[in-house]
Amino acid sequence: MTLLELEDVTASYGPVQVLDGVTLSVPENGAVGILGANGAGKTTTLRAISGTVRAGGRIVFDGKDIRGMRPDQVAAQGIAHVPEGRGTLGDLTVRENLMVGAYLRKDRKGIDEDVDYCLDLFPNLRERITSNASALSGGEQQMLAVSRGIMSKPRLMLLDEASLGLAPSTAKNVYDAIRRLRVESGIAMLVVEQNANLAFTLVDTATVLETGRNALTGSSAELKGMDEIRRAYLGG
Amino acid sequence: MGEFVQLVVDGLSTGSVYAAIALAIVLVHSATGLVNFAQGGMAVLAAYVAWVLTNQSVPLVVAVLASIVFSFVLGAVVERYLMRRFERGDPDTAVVVTIGLLTLITGIAGWLWSYNNQQFPSLFPLDTVSFLGVSISIRSIGTTLSIVAVMIVLQLLFVRTKLGLALRAVAINPQSAAFSGLPVERLLMVGWGLAAVLGAVAGALVAPQLTLTPGMLDNALVYALAAVILGGLTSPVGVVIAAWMIGVLENLAAVYVPFIGHDLKIAVPFILLFVVLVVRPQGLFGRKTVVRV
Ligand SMILES: Nc1ncnc2c1ncn2[C@@H]1O[C@H](COP(=O)(O)OP(=O)(O)OP(=O)(O)O)[C@@H](O)[C@H]1O
Ligand SMILES: [Mg+2]
Repeated sequence: MTLLELEDVTASYGPVQVLDGVTLSVPENGAVGILGANGAGKTTTLRAISGTVRAGGRIVFDGKDIRGMRPDQVAAQGIAHVPEGRGTLGDLTVRENLMVGAYLRKDRKGIDEDVDYCLDLFPNLRERITSNASALSGGEQQMLAVSRGIMSKPRLMLLDEASLGLAPSTAKNVYDAIRRLRVESGIAMLVVEQNANLAFTLVDTATVLETGRNALTGSSAELKGMDEIRRAYLGG
Repeated sequence: MGEFVQLVVDGLSTGSVYAAIALAIVLVHSATGLVNFAQGGMAVLAAYVAWVLTNQSVPLVVAVLASIVFSFVLGAVVERYLMRRFERGDPDTAVVVTIGLLTLITGIAGWLWSYNNQQFPSLFPLDTVSFLGVSISIRSIGTTLSIVAVMIVLQLLFVRTKLGLALRAVAINPQSAAFSGLPVERLLMVGWGLAAVLGAVAGALVAPQLTLTPGMLDNALVYALAAVILGGLTSPVGVVIAAWMIGVLENLAAVYVPFIGHDLKIAVPFILLFVVLVVRPQGLFGRKTVVRV
């Protein structure tokens, strides 16, 4: 079953068109990667889905046309966008950030359980639960950003460069946790990642964007085997 | 001694009025990044609403409560239909719009109710109480305590409730807040509404003393802005303390510093402001803006 379907999606910032027909689909419980060079339009694709940039084409989530919805309406459909740069709320504590994530939920018990789940997934956050988010390290902020996404109990998570600015070992920890999350929760994922090696540990299939279009799409195994992907994204 | 204490208590009372308007300005600024020069004007409009109702023999407390509800709606409507299109644009344009709004509100109030001073009934008796041998006006104490109570309620709202958490989240990062499903636009309306409520409380408390005119809070707005800068835009507590300092110093200087007197006392907060900003450009309690990479 397809959960998210993008067909010929276009988007521009002012007069500059940056998405020129992006097509992809994320199956239920699946994980799909978006690779590509800087400026290829990866972030913009996620923004088009979450309603932060105006988009053309077709964006269908769970059988429902969500193109043109406001970001908070998209979130209410069950899509959690964990943005590039993390978007943690600096003046709020870690716990408050998690509660913001749970804003649309009313099941107190479930919320408490999910807070525990996040702290179990990212033990670093447990000791920092009453600290302001701005006092966290970059890695901890990324963990908090993912956790805030978890707290909304989404069916689909949009992850934008969760490894950005992190030491390799921290980035690996974060991806290990996300992989565990994927297995345990069944949340479908659309994963933007510069570090293709990391991405391939998580996703089943991926698409490569070049100047706002799909250049290649395939399974992780296929893509890993291709010379051009190796040269461009896998460091040889 | 008696005179001194009375001057301090009265100063705290007018300082509380400045504090309420200053906090309203801080609230709007933290949510939308702009300074609302019409905050005092909106409060005056609320006071007129209460005044009109009392003239229709509505009990004063009910009239003031009604004007508070009116203010909440007014604040929300101003945000939704006027300020929204300027909020994330050029801040200079937005500020000019709020000054225009102030002029418009003052003009409408003058046109509807004239520029004459109207008597506004006091919520508190005009007597004094004796405390440790010093007589203190009940109205001053009542005004201060009422505004402190409103601030405490507001603080609890912000810290203890889900709505308050949502308002803080939107003030910090609206786009990121929306990713968690927070209805940013509606929350901004609520923020403006709450700010207007603060102003309305201040207006109703100070109107008996100043008498009601369309420009009743013009001076108070200037003092409130001084308190905002003195306290630091990012520090609500600092802003309240600064407003109290201004209220008290203004009163004391008028009486004890001979050449200042009542004509020059408006200069007092600015002398204070000047001295403080030379020493601490971020205000007494404000944080230095740190640019994060
Ligand atoms: N807010 C914006 N306003 C104007 N142009 C933008 C904006 N954001 C991105 N762009 C432009 O749109 C194009 C696509 O940007 P996008 O952020 O989607 O790329 P990306 O693939 O995520 O790149 P990166 O790997 O560097 O994050 C780029 O040319 C970029 O300069
Ligand atoms: Mg990007």
